[in-house]
Amino acid sequence: MDFIFTNKSKITFAIFMAIGLIALIVGMPHDAESNTRFWANILVNGFFFFGISLGTLFFLALQYATEASYLTVLKRVFEGISQYMWVGAITLIIFFAACSLHWNHIYHWMDPAATHEFVIEGTIDSAHPEYTNDATVEGAIENHHYDSIIAGKTAYLNQGFFWLRTIAYLAVWLFFVNLFRKRSLKEDQEGGTKIHFKNMVYSAIFLVFFAYTSSTASWDWLMSIDTHWFSTLFGWYVFSGIWVSAMITIVLLTLYLKSKGYLEVVNKSHMHDITKWMFAISFLWSYLWFSQFMLIWYSNIPEEVTYYMTRIEHYRGLFFGVFAVNFIMPMVILMSRDSKRSIGYALVVGIVIFIGHWLDVFLMVMPGTVGSHWHFGFLEIGTFIGFLGLFLFTVFRSLAKAPLVVKNHPFLDESKHLHI
Amino acid sequence: MHQESAIREPLILGDKSYSDITNDVLKPIVGKADRSWYIVFGLASVMALWGIGCILYLLGTGIGTWGLNKTVGWAWDITNFVWWVGIGHAGTLISAVLLLFRQKWRMAINRSAEAMTIFAVMMAAVWPGIHMGRIWLAYFVFPLPNQFGSLWVNFNSPLLWDVFAISTYFSVSLVFWYIGLIPDFATIRDKVTQVVPKKVYGLLAFGWTGNAKAWNRFEEVSLVLAGLATPLVFSVHSIVSMDFATSVIPGWHTTIFPPYFVAGAVFSGFAMVNTLLIIMRKVLNLENYIHIKHIEYMNIVIIVTGSIVGVAYLTELFVSWYSGVEYESYAFINRATGPYWWAYWAMMTCNVISPQVFWFKKLRTNITFTFFMSIIVNIGMWFERFVIIVTSLHRDYLPSSWTMFHPTFVDIGCFIGTIGIFFVLFLLFARFFPVLALNELKSILKSSGEAYKKQTLEH
Repeated sequence: MDFIFTNKSKITFAIFMAIGLIALIVGMPHDAESNTRFWANILVNGFFFFGISLGTLFFLALQYATEASYLTVLKRVFEGISQYMWVGAITLIIFFAACSLHWNHIYHWMDPAATHEFVIEGTIDSAHPEYTNDATVEGAIENHHYDSIIAGKTAYLNQGFFWLRTIAYLAVWLFFVNLFRKRSLKEDQEGGTKIHFKNMVYSAIFLVFFAYTSSTASWDWLMSIDTHWFSTLFGWYVFSGIWVSAMITIVLLTLYLKSKGYLEVVNKSHMHDITKWMFAISFLWSYLWFSQFMLIWYSNIPEEVTYYMTRIEHYRGLFFGVFAVNFIMPMVILMSRDSKRSIGYALVVGIVIFIGHWLDVFLMVMPGTVGSHWHFGFLEIGTFIGFLGLFLFTVFRSLAKAPLVVKNHPFLDESKHLHI
Repeated sequence: MHQESAIREPLILGDKSYSDITNDVLKPIVGKADRSWYIVFGLASVMALWGIGCILYLLGTGIGTWGLNKTVGWAWDITNFVWWVGIGHAGTLISAVLLLFRQKWRMAINRSAEAMTIFAVMMAAVWPGIHMGRIWLAYFVFPLPNQFGSLWVNFNSPLLWDVFAISTYFSVSLVFWYIGLIPDFATIRDKVTQVVPKKVYGLLAFGWTGNAKAWNRFEEVSLVLAGLATPLVFSVHSIVSMDFATSVIPGWHTTIFPPYFVAGAVFSGFAMVNTLLIIMRKVLNLENYIHIKHIEYMNIVIIVTGSIVGVAYLTELFVSWYSGVEYESYAFINRATGPYWWAYWAMMTCNVISPQVFWFKKLRTNITFTFFMSIIVNIGMWFERFVIIVTSLHRDYLPSSWTMFHPTFVDIGCFIGTIGIFFVLFLLFARFFPVLALNELKSILKSSGEAYKKQTLEH
């Protein structure tokens, strides 16, 4: 049965988006100082939902590369979620453009004041002071805003290279989103095994590219907010976050589709398997969270520990609460086989840790931007709802565009007969 | 009913029946070992004896017989320890993680990989033991009450966490391995005719009857143990990595260590599995069960984990510059260009660059080449630990105490000794134990056996 994107759902999501828009419009003037809070909210949601589509693309490629069959019946759901990447990429580009145009100061390293040793004397009081690294320039005096650590990173953190990287990540990832989707639709028509075997090759290429760029993208987009700070594990930590968020979304969306009578071939064993993934990747995330936190806390080196000091001082409850919920809740509730096969448990845990992982992104962005002046107001909640509407609208639209279960996939029969 | 796609390759080659499997696996046990087994066993015993001699000399004389000095307080000892623990990861990964992932190709290799794991962990445990110098006081690593002596272990120390992590891992691996062996021991008990072996295997089989209830419990216990063992695969090497990463030594303190050590451990473990199984399948005529597809899968695991390790190396290198911390940057410049540059580049070549050749199907399905590569990876992973440990220590914060490390014959002897003991144990295992999980293999014969697969396709 093909999926129909009903008018009722369309209106609901349109209302969600309208709430988001209102929140953003109303929220902006409240936040006079370069709109940090406003833009930080865009980044949190822009990255979180983009990450879901990227994580789903990764999981899809992983299925191809490992010749996994058990989730073939859900392939269209994966494709549908990964299609959001187009919209997600646009939201991120808007955000980065705003940073580049200095509409906000989210990335300190973008500020020329931080990276230049000297300032031209006459221009200090103007709106756009002129900076230089050349002491011999006429009128050059010491720049008090100069930050030697940030300046030391300019070979990597500079606008040109940043944009080059960002465009490269987005272009290649989107290329693969499109490629897998097109080939999947083609397989429906043509059948055979040629497309399938070639998909394995493409997915391996994607996974290699992804292995590097998922780390560098998270350094560029998130770690560089706290420009001084560094952690080698950060990239993998962010990766585990987007992967688990993707798995949660897959579980929730599949539950929704089944509740509407779609995806009849998806049986309890499939639900068991995707919920098991949600459970397992929650552990991976918790493991990496703990590894990064514990090692920095234990060594207590000033350069590193500041990152957690800010979080513990100003976000204490939220910071430890998010870890506790995202770790303990899936562990305790989803440990047993029966609960992994139960709609109720999967739904409740899924919704709670979906929000939990949104808060995890919130905790990566907010302390380095708004710092101690953080809020949970209409702006935060409204923006989240707005982005959720945008996400669901895009995903539902792409689900409606193709049959909800693939045809002619060589593993389809194996997948339909899954029984564990 | 389970249905297998036609495009999946068979896992058991040839036209085998259930009794063929039993006979093929039992042949080395009921028959006589051939000359090659005695030659290899003799060689391994000589190495083991020399190693035991060196260890006794070390214990009698003191740690001073190693090449350690004031600056480099940890060198080959801890390198060997981490190397062996790492190798000990593949077995549990294969038996537990691949069981959870329902990977059937594991059934041909899990038994010997688990045996290898257990022997490797035993060899690892030798190192901290003899490093204490006074090994007869080794019980002080356990949290004993103060009345017992005047020391209480330091719970803040990752070295103590190691004691717990490794002993737990060892116990669970051993139990897991042994439980898998029980039905197979029962099969041997029923097959052998001599009186003494029948008694011994009967004892080992714990009175296994093979009724439905017993199988049911057997499978449930396997799943529970797999669930318990999976976090252990991660925890052991994570905690080993914390021995280094909780410190403030540049090159040691880096947050990526736990997952990167785990990937490296799986990498080296699979290389060792390849080394052992390529020989074993030949000597014991098990080519139909452990065939090129299995080796290809293992090579794919090697390329994946090798690449993860590669990403970690590059991340560390990049962040050492990005951090802007002078000590951190110098530690890495010194690794790559300092007096130990050769160790660093040996590690890079063996671990990151050379496994990339497995991208070519021709090479990853070539058995001779795979064997050669497995040795290269084993060497590379030894150098990785050497690089991390020695190059980070030998030039510390105080340039006046910079020095080099020179191994003595005792360092070398002890290391070669553990390799010898390891092979002695493995050879005994291959001679007296069912090296394939024959009861598990039988469960996939009809879905993944070559002859059966052909039959299904014809219908």
